[in-house]
Order: sequence, then C-alpha cells, then structure tokens
Amino acid sequence: MNADRVIEISSLNKSFGDFQVLTKVDLNVSLGERIVICGPSGSGKSTLIRCVNGLEQYDSGSIIVDGISLSEPGGVERVRAEVGMVFQQFNLFPHLTVIENLTLGPMKARGLSRKDADVLAMEYLERVRIPEQAHKRPRELSGGQQQRVAIARSLCMKPKIMLFDEPTSALDPEMISEVLDVMVELAQDGMTMLVVTHEMGFARKVADRMVFMDSGEIVETGTPSEVFEAPKTQRFKAFLDKILQH
Amino acid sequence: MTRFFKIWVLLGACLFVTACTNDGTWGWYVIDPSTAQGQSNVRFLIGGFWATIQLSLIATVLSMTIGLLVALPGMSSNRWVRLPSRVYIEFVRAIPLLPMLFWVFYGLPVVMRSLGFPITIDAFWGAIITLAISDSAFTAEIYRSGIQSIPKGQTEAARTVGLTYSQTMRYVILPQAIRRILPPLANQFIYIVKMSAFASVIGMQELTRRANELVVTEYRPLEIYTLLILEYLVLVLIISFFVRWLERKMGSDESR
Repeated sequence: MNADRVIEISSLNKSFGDFQVLTKVDLNVSLGERIVICGPSGSGKSTLIRCVNGLEQYDSGSIIVDGISLSEPGGVERVRAEVGMVFQQFNLFPHLTVIENLTLGPMKARGLSRKDADVLAMEYLERVRIPEQAHKRPRELSGGQQQRVAIARSLCMKPKIMLFDEPTSALDPEMISEVLDVMVELAQDGMTMLVVTHEMGFARKVADRMVFMDSGEIVETGTPSEVFEAPKTQRFKAFLDKILQH
Repeated sequence: MTRFFKIWVLLGACLFVTACTNDGTWGWYVIDPSTAQGQSNVRFLIGGFWATIQLSLIATVLSMTIGLLVALPGMSSNRWVRLPSRVYIEFVRAIPLLPMLFWVFYGLPVVMRSLGFPITIDAFWGAIITLAISDSAFTAEIYRSGIQSIPKGQTEAARTVGLTYSQTMRYVILPQAIRRILPPLANQFIYIVKMSAFASVIGMQELTRRANELVVTEYRPLEIYTLLILEYLVLVLIISFFVRWLERKMGSDESR
C-alpha cells in the first residue's frame, strides 16, 4: 500500500433498486491531493463522495480511508472522525448560533471544554472571515456566509480530508466567489479535498486531478490542463462544451 | 374565545331560568350553593377535580415517555428494529379504551401473579396505566411526524461532525422537532382529560364517578350531569387556552 494514499476506493457498486448508481468505481487519493469530480446530474458523483464517509451504503467493493475500512465494525465512526463534509444546502443547525454550530462537535464528540471549543471556533471563523457573525443565528446570514460557517464547522473537527458536495450550487452567483476563495485557501494549505462541482474555474486553479463521471462510471481522469485542452472521450468533451459555453 | 363564552353563559342562563320557572321538571336545588345540602353536594362534585387532574397529568407524562421510546426505534432504517414499534402502535390503537381498562384492572394482576410478580393494581393506577398505554400509540405518531419533519441533512451534518445517534437526537433533532411536537402533545392532554372519565367505571373517585354517586342518592341526573359537563368544560378551556399560548410562543420562535 502506498503510504501517502488516504482514500482507496475499489470496484465500488451501488444501486437504488433496479437503478445502478455506481458501477465498478475505482479511485485512489493521495494525501494532500485535490480532486474535482464533475459530470451530468444523476451520474453518481454525489453518491460516490457520500459513500466515502458512510452517508450512503454501497453494495459491493471496498473503501479504505486512512487505513480504516468502512466495512469493519465501528469503521464508519472512525472514518467520520477523519473526514469533514460540506453540503449543497449548508445544513447548519438553525436552532443554534453560529459559534454553537461550530463548537457542538468538538464539545460533544471530542470532549473539549466550552472555553477551548470557543477559542477553536473563533480561530476558524476568522479563517473564513466572519468572526463578527459568531453570535447570530444561521438564518440571519447570507447564503455565502452560511456556507463559510459550514466549512468552518467541519474544520473545527480537524479533518484530514474534506468532502464538498456541490458547495456553491445553492448560492446566488454573487456569493459563489467568497466560498470558492475559502476553498482555494484551504487547498493551498495542503488539505486533501474531494470536490463535486461544476465550477471549472476553481477546478483549473486548484485541482490536481479531474474526474469525469457519467452513468455511474468514471469515464475519464486527468490533470485539468490535459482534460481542458484535449478531453480523451467524446462524452467528456460534450459535457465540457455544454457547461463552458456560457 | 369571548363569543364562545357568551354563548355558554347565555345557554346556562336559559337553563337556569327555565329551571326556576318550570314547575317540577327541573330541580336545581340539588346543586344550589345557597342551601346547606346543595353546597355540600357541589363540594362533593368539585372534590373530583384533583383526582381527574392528577390522573390526567401522570398518564400524560407516562404516555409522552412511552411514546418517545416507541417512536425512536420506529424510525430505524433496519426493519427488524422498526417492526416491534409498528406492531405496538397498530395493536394499541386498535383496542378500545374501556375493554383495555377492564383488562388492566381485572386481568393484569392475575397475569403478573402467574409470572411471579404479585402486584395489586388499584383503580388510580389501573386508570393511569390504561390511559398512558392507550395514548402512547398516538404520542408515538406525533413524535414520528415531528422528527421526520426535520430535514435529513440535519442528521447527516450532525453525524459528520462526529455526533453519535443519541447526541444527534438530543442536541440537533429534538430541540428543533419540539416546537412541532409540543402543541399536538398538549392537545393529547385534553384528550386524556376527557378519557379519564372512563376511570369512573372501575371506581376511581374522579369527577364522573362522583357525579354518578350523587345521581344515585339524589335522583337528579339532569342537573348533576349538566354541572359535570360544565366542570369538564372549564378544565378543557383552561388547558386549550394554554395550548393556544404554547402554539403562539412556538410559532413566534420559528420566525425569530
């Protein structure tokens, strides 16, 4: 096993009833690698990254995250301790203030005192540049701010790997860049990232590798410069033409 | 609310006037507080309030507890965990209150004795157990719909920041679901207050039992049962006022 390898997905299969969502998916991710997964809707890209932290179960194949197999007893819990996730709909806890959203995990799952958790939370709120919103409720914030809080909430658990499931798809256009900026900084700090997104500008800037999925399969992978210059498959080319034309 | 009150005051006044003018068909004297006999009768009837309230309160608290314990496994993704909860709800919902009351009061002690737990169940606890179990099937469904109304993303987010299932329930799901759960639960309390009248048939000294006993000695069912209904009305109106207040408070919380 490659020592740098933090995620190993091999021949993963999953179906919802008769519908095959993932077909023999293989994907290895090295420490510090940034991977952007793209593809048409229904191609299985969200399902794939949701399998990595056990939010979705798979039918066959294996996923090993940081040496822990998801199928071993207690594996899902141990993997979740290493993996942060940011959702399309933010999923902040509406009944808690921003800072309480951040401190809940560290206090309950890691056993930090309120004081230590508050210090940690403020550190990350500053990093996503909204410390002044700490005592507001999520609904008082703009979409872009909410998503930055969600990123900070994940980072408070000090994950090794961050998963992003279309983090900017629910945002108004003018708020997309503030979220992407935070993600770019995170990438520059060396975080291992799996990002499902259609933001090709972001992909070009930070991705080490692009993964194109269609109908539950990985159709093509390559560095951004390779795939943007000359996609090898017709399907990827057609997809890129469609999303880059506007 | 005020119009509702006016109608009842008017109705009460009409009844009273008919009673005073009509020769012999009405006999309000049985509950006329200005006479010594009437006063002692009224005191006897009103004496059932405390038992009815106590009975309803304890039964409601028990029902809320059992309901939650039944509802939680009922939402599991594992069908074998889900099954007992579904069976309990369908089973309990299908049993009418009165037969269940008889079974608990007369039958349960026998069953328990044969199992090696010699217990006695008095009318008070017999009624509480029955009301609590019978109502718990409904409270379980209230919890379920309340909890399921919270988006799935909340659970997912909580689990990804490392919370366990019970921590997720306690710190994330229930605090949000509670405002959708509390008003219908409070309504269920009204239902229990009304159903507690059944406790009279096993001899529980609550409002209805006392009215029955007085009817047997005074032979004035119309007047006594009229007062009985008014007693429940006052009790339920007070509770529904509280429910209304709760709903308003919960509603304004939501928009905060």
